[in-house]
Amino acid sequence: MVTEPIEGWNVNQMAQKVARDIPDGSYVNLGIGIPEKVAAFVPEGREFIYHTENGLLGMGPVPVEGQEDPELINAGKKAITAIPGACYFHHADSFTMIRGKHIDVCVLGALQVAENGDLANWSTGEAGAIPAVGGAMDLVAGVKTIFVITKHNTKTGEAKIVKNCSYPLTGKGVVNRIYTDLSILEVTEKGLKVIELAPGVSFEYLQSVTEAQIFQ
Amino acid sequence: MINKIVNSVEEAVQDIFDGATIMISGFGEAGSPIELIHALIDQGAKELTIVSNNTGSGEVGLAALIAHKRVKKMICSFPRTANSTVFPELYKKGEIELELVPQGTLAERIRAGGAGIPAFYTPTSVGTPLAEGKESREFENVTYVLENAIKADFALVKALKADRYGNLLYNKTARNFGPIMCTAAKTTIVQAEQIVELGGIDPECVVTPGIFVKRVINITNPAQESKLVAENRRYPW
Repeated sequence: MVTEPIEGWNVNQMAQKVARDIPDGSYVNLGIGIPEKVAAFVPEGREFIYHTENGLLGMGPVPVEGQEDPELINAGKKAITAIPGACYFHHADSFTMIRGKHIDVCVLGALQVAENGDLANWSTGEAGAIPAVGGAMDLVAGVKTIFVITKHNTKTGEAKIVKNCSYPLTGKGVVNRIYTDLSILEVTEKGLKVIELAPGVSFEYLQSVTEAQIFQ
Repeated sequence: MINKIVNSVEEAVQDIFDGATIMISGFGEAGSPIELIHALIDQGAKELTIVSNNTGSGEVGLAALIAHKRVKKMICSFPRTANSTVFPELYKKGEIELELVPQGTLAERIRAGGAGIPAFYTPTSVGTPLAEGKESREFENVTYVLENAIKADFALVKALKADRYGNLLYNKTARNFGPIMCTAAKTTIVQAEQIVELGGIDPECVVTPGIFVKRVINITNPAQESKLVAENRRYPW
């Protein structure tokens, strides 16, 4: 048993790892929340074009205060800007880009990821909850590479990297790579392969806090 | 002479009938035709089926239409957002139906409806609860689910510019569902901030060709939903 709590990577470091793994020239869709942080860590010399599924390619940073435009927003309905060279389009075109496999990378949050790449990130299936799905199922069905960025376990210590998702699925076998505070895991045909461990995290420790089977 | 410009919001929505299916443009407040929705509240049609990505916020616009019990059923992808309380309350009480549709499937079902395509196969939602009960089929070893087109009796759409033929230009991400909804309704009613002369929109840049539009009303200074919500405004004022 470990006596000292292991800190692992913080959210910014996790986002930095994701950005490092996105090739130059990629068309990228960032989910709402933590995935948005990836945009702050684009490595020197690389250019990504950000897609927001409500109808813009070429999403820029948040506007300076007072310059917000209620008709220029992202998928999280927050004010954004458009870069020079940006373009607007309607929803059917936007999801043609997604479903038609034209977007290279999508970075999403997760409630649970299973060792076979199943993703649950839209509903806990709780009775009485208002179901809401948005574009999550379209993104995982259509984008070429799906990266998940998430805490390894929940705040209350429940597993997020699991053998089988207990929450309703967003997509089956769709996740390529998982970036957590403790490690980077690649979804392979044999299961979850550890490709990087956070400082101070051993393979044995990682397996002890991971419900799913992992291998080196 | 063709002139699709009408003189009042009342005239624009006068023939909307009880039980109608209505598409309402917008993604959150961006592109939501708030003045047309308020005119629909005043007009009184009820038992409506509304196709819109969200369910509105506060008690103005779409949320006010729902609050006044005019909506029987919502077809949408994301019924709960910031400041969205009206729909969740009615849904929990079982007083409104919900058909939850993934956002891209919603867009494509509307596009198909406008394009004369009755149904299509999509990979979205395969293996999830939203595909349950739907036909599926394999193409090139990939499973797809069959989704039906959506058509509407009316569409209420917000645009930036319109001419008397009904050609439209939109503003930034307020375009969202507008162009496809225009194609999928028998009667498309548009509120436009500016009315321009014929030729005032470069033919190379027309986003919605006028053939898809029945009526246009000029609303020069449309209300901003988030501002009204922040001021705790409720419609009717």
